[in-house]
Amino acid sequence: MSIPKAATTTEAAAPFLSVNNIEVVYDHVILVLKGVSLDVPRGGIVALLGANGAGKTTTLKAVSNLLHSERGEVTKGSILFDGVEVQSLSPNDLVRRGCIQVMEGRRCFAHLTVEENLLTGAFTRVDGKAAIAEDLERVYAYFPRLGERRGSTAGYTSGGEQQMCAIGRALMSRPKMILLDEPSMGLAPQIVEEIFEIVKDLNVRENVTFLLAEQNTNMALKYARHGYILENGRVVMDGEAPALAANEDVKEFYLGIAGDKRKSFRDVKHYKRRKRWLA
Amino acid sequence: MIALGQFLEVLIGGLMSGVLYSLVALGFVLIFKASGVFNFAQGAMVLLAGLALVRSLDLLVANGFPIWIAIVLGIGFAAVIMAITAWLIERFVIGPLVNQNALTLFMSTIGVTFVLEGAAQMIFGSDVYPLRLFPTDIWLLFESHFPGGILVNQLDVWGGLIAGILVAGLAIFFQQTKTGRALRAVADDHMAAQSVGIPIGWIWFVVWLVAGLVALVAATVWGTKLGVQFSITFLALKALPVLIIGGLTSVPGAIVGGLIVGAGEKLAEVFLGSHIGGGIEYWFAYVLALAVLLVRPQGLFGERIIERI
Repeated sequence: MSIPKAATTTEAAAPFLSVNNIEVVYDHVILVLKGVSLDVPRGGIVALLGANGAGKTTTLKAVSNLLHSERGEVTKGSILFDGVEVQSLSPNDLVRRGCIQVMEGRRCFAHLTVEENLLTGAFTRVDGKAAIAEDLERVYAYFPRLGERRGSTAGYTSGGEQQMCAIGRALMSRPKMILLDEPSMGLAPQIVEEIFEIVKDLNVRENVTFLLAEQNTNMALKYARHGYILENGRVVMDGEAPALAANEDVKEFYLGIAGDKRKSFRDVKHYKRRKRWLA
Repeated sequence: MIALGQFLEVLIGGLMSGVLYSLVALGFVLIFKASGVFNFAQGAMVLLAGLALVRSLDLLVANGFPIWIAIVLGIGFAAVIMAITAWLIERFVIGPLVNQNALTLFMSTIGVTFVLEGAAQMIFGSDVYPLRLFPTDIWLLFESHFPGGILVNQLDVWGGLIAGILVAGLAIFFQQTKTGRALRAVADDHMAAQSVGIPIGWIWFVVWLVAGLVALVAATVWGTKLGVQFSITFLALKALPVLIIGGLTSVPGAIVGGLIVGAGEKLAEVFLGSHIGGGIEYWFAYVLALAVLLVRPQGLFGERIIERI
């Protein structure tokens, strides 16, 4: 009797999403991820930080298995979502199992109305129209602005509304986990704040787990509980969000806050070089 | 002085043949709407559907089946052929080319055109096969109003009726159903559609299947008009100005574009031809399309290109 019990405890302790030392190659030659590992606990918010081209988006696409259509491939390592090997599932299987990606740049369906956009998110569901209509109202409750604009063509709505539309669309699939790629891109600080508040809300109230790729390190570390910093396709640092935010290097390179004494540019370059080499 | 009776006769004849162009143009619109692919193979699909239908029909009738059962079975057989074609195209041509640029996909459909034309004629034969599904008798209308009345071919009326039903059906399918919505979503953004769990391979199969069925409908009408033969594939060329005028993304646009082209070329031939020389019919549509391109590049009913700055 004690054996199954032990099995359950280890299962509960296992991370919801675990990425183990993956390598991603585009077009058979371009090595973009050089061994990325990360864990996302059930019900957590994890931030994936880094500069342009660090590999944040590629990591998310590897998890949602969308690399194939961009001629990318996971050549090494493994990704487990809820105990299942992601590589063996199609993107729609993954959505059905509760893992959905909100892509960088919103990617709303421009010629569909806001409401039609939201409904496309429910494509994989088989629990009937009534349940879908109910969820539609729920999304409008989270994003009242979408409710007002439900009949407008999505392509003509503002950037903030499109981001809300994209998140709402993902919500319509009843996800357990949302891979949120750069939600702050091109948005006014006030809207960014609004969107992050909703992310927090969804996390607390709907128990949705978030893996968040962001360049806006400051904002991401405010809302995430754990953070990973990617540089050139490698994880160079990770830790609890407050610890990362307090870290001198993170402050220097990602938050733009200099320490007490100004470092000379030469030192910084030297430091970065050394750090990369160590990583 | 142009006789009103003659004018009406030419106009009606033109509109009706325009509907037939629309039937072919519809197939283009469907695939373009849903996958952003300009399907050059639509004309070849009409040929394939027509040949499958007419040959199976002949075979069944020769084996003593009553004509109605033969027609039902023949249409069923042709529909299955179109489904298989759709599956093969998705699996071996369009599927592996996901997210490639539009020109690459267009080129691949040119390849598909040759394969379909070759395969269809190899399997089903390459003669001219007469098809008699609709009555081709002539009605004379309003004989009391105009001397000689207005001459209308019954086949054209059937064509119009079928096109109307088809368009209504497609409009409902695209606007009201879950699959229709997913098709439009895929047309806007393949990648985003995949990211929300729309299985893109399945959607493309559905699109090509629907285009194949539209081709079958076009083949029944055109086959009755011209006989099923290789030259049916040239309809694709006639559909181009229709598409440009109506807009590549609009189902009603394909119909209206067809009507404009049909009526325009017949009227031009009859009433302008006598002044500037005959043969206008063959190029009038293209000139009209050029004029539309200059004024309204997305066509009369096409979707505006949405670009946020």
